[in-house]
Amino acid sequence: MTPLNQVEGRAIPLGLKNVDTDVIIPAHWLKTTTREGMGRGAFESLRADPDNLFDRPEYKGAPILIAGDNFGCGSSREHAAWALGDLGIRVVIAPSYSDIFSGNAVKNGILPVVLPQAAIDRLMEVAATDPVFVDLAHQTVTTQYQDRFAFEIDPFRKMCLLEGLDEISLTEKSDAAISAYEKQLDADRPWMRPATV
Amino acid sequence: MTRPRTLYEKIWDAHVVEQRPDGTCLIFIDRHLVHEVTSPQAFAGLRASGRTVRRPDLTLAVPDHNVPTTARLDAAGGRLPIADPESAAQLAALEKNAPEYGIRYIDAVAPEQGIVHVVGPEQGFSLPGTTIVCGDSHTACHGGIGALAFGIGTSEVEHVLATQTLLLQPAKTMEVRVEGEVGPGVTAKDIILHITGTIGAAGGTGHVIEYTGSAIRALSVEGRLTVSNMAIEGGARAGLIAPDETTFAYLKGRPYAPKGADWDAAVAWWKSLATDPGAAYDKVVVIDAADIAPSVTWGTSPEDVVPITGVVPDPASFADPSKQVAAAKSLAYMGLEPGTRMQDVRIENIFIGSCTNSRIEDMRAAAAIVKGRKKADNVKWAIVVPGSGLVKAQAEAEGLHRIFTDAGLEWREPGCSACLAMNPDKVPAGERCASTSNRNFVGRQGPGSRTHLVSPAMAAAAAVTGKLTDVRELMA
Ligand code: SF4
Repeated sequence: MTPLNQVEGRAIPLGLKNVDTDVIIPAHWLKTTTREGMGRGAFESLRADPDNLFDRPEYKGAPILIAGDNFGCGSSREHAAWALGDLGIRVVIAPSYSDIFSGNAVKNGILPVVLPQAAIDRLMEVAATDPVFVDLAHQTVTTQYQDRFAFEIDPFRKMCLLEGLDEISLTEKSDAAISAYEKQLDADRPWMRPATV
Repeated sequence: MTRPRTLYEKIWDAHVVEQRPDGTCLIFIDRHLVHEVTSPQAFAGLRASGRTVRRPDLTLAVPDHNVPTTARLDAAGGRLPIADPESAAQLAALEKNAPEYGIRYIDAVAPEQGIVHVVGPEQGFSLPGTTIVCGDSHTACHGGIGALAFGIGTSEVEHVLATQTLLLQPAKTMEVRVEGEVGPGVTAKDIILHITGTIGAAGGTGHVIEYTGSAIRALSVEGRLTVSNMAIEGGARAGLIAPDETTFAYLKGRPYAPKGADWDAAVAWWKSLATDPGAAYDKVVVIDAADIAPSVTWGTSPEDVVPITGVVPDPASFADPSKQVAAAKSLAYMGLEPGTRMQDVRIENIFIGSCTNSRIEDMRAAAAIVKGRKKADNVKWAIVVPGSGLVKAQAEAEGLHRIFTDAGLEWREPGCSACLAMNPDKVPAGERCASTSNRNFVGRQGPGSRTHLVSPAMAAAAAVTGKLTDVRELMA
């Protein structure tokens, strides 16, 4: 996973509340075999409108997305995080998220920043014309107009994102314990291994 | 003396590799079942990071969600192509990934192929007291033989492939005790529909449910798998039924089950897993088996259950205002009016299958009702989809397929089929289906489809009468 610390760039001022995972990536995209390329299906229904935000030249490749309450609700599909990542989004800023989505986001190297609605409103204004700066180490979102919003994040999630650590790498640190468990299991309950047919 | 523990706590304790300060545990996974839909990206992740599968010997792959249920081989024994390119790509990916990582693979045309949750117990790959995961939410099914089994997402599939473990928080425990004897025409499916209606779709949230009581003990393993399958429909993380002589008799001699002295050692350990006298559950629900009728759902949540003798409820009759809104929405989607007798609801489609109800006992129960009768004219589509190739072969040896086809029902190849509309088997928009599957969600059986969850015998009854029917009226 690519480590994430400072992200600077245009922020897509979507602002909608209750953006569910079906809006982020429609169900028919679940029938794929890769994580890549899913950005093409991201926000498909919104992008059917030729004047949509995502396809405006100024927001092409924008690394930040600003949204309303309860972002990522609905089905637990991890494809939503993959689609955002493939679209180039590294940071989402919203007042709240579904638990499953924010977990999936962090697992896939995307930072879900929680800020109050007043801060979101201000950032939406700035995002219309200017870039936004996100600093994970210092837990701030700033603009060139002296705006400075501090956000909270779980220290474990912060460490994972800063170091680009995925959960598998973390578990691999327990490799010796897993090996010891396997050895003990073979001694205590050797029949647990599937019989050979 | 050690503290009395529940079945769940004993299995959990036996699988802790490491405990973190916050109570999260690294849990060892004994069995990993893999299918074509939730695994391609996990294998791609392994490949990208240069990782291998830690325990291919504990992993079993079988395609089921996307496989068409029509003939897979032509007259000459050649493979027929799969029409949908995306399904074909997912199936091809599994066929390539499994051997590449040294994983046991049951091919789409192998005699043992079937729905992953039917195949696991049938092959003796799923065993009591094991931890089992699969990238499908109905993995809870394997709890019917006393395994701690739950569904996982694609990232977790990759995590288990790479490390054979998962990081988990312990769940709370809940006992659902069903005491007494069920009446005629009442099956395992009716028991679990009744339970879901009683506890609600969120009644088990955060809990692992252990089903106990004489009505559960009296069930066959097939019936127990049906009950545990729908634990997730009650919001639970997993379901469990303590392994007993019925379980051991079912598993003995199955291909991957322990043999000889190993078998005896295994049975001794499995017997030790039963919940200790005096062990406390966080929550207990007691149900009188005599209160359970052949049941049917009227709405779009599996908790929307009424007895077949009942009527479509009035949304205003619910105490909870949010349920009133949800019920009104459900009824609009389902095209039903409050007060309509369930037995007056006409049905155009019949689906007998899915990991909930596609085992041999289910086939027999449906055939017993259909025998000597004909499909009703208003039923346009009626398919019977055995859960595995072995179930299919057994049913054919008993002549059940003839009973279905003589009555005008289609006899299909094994797979998930119309349970989830990922393959060609779909219910058309606006039409009703009496379905033995586990979810009646909006669009689950196809966009606009209207699902009524029932038992196999009840689905068979609807097939021959063309409407939801009290199966007891058709029983000899
Ligand atoms: S039959 Fe339905 S619930 Fe069961 S594994 Fe297949 S899709 Fe999942």
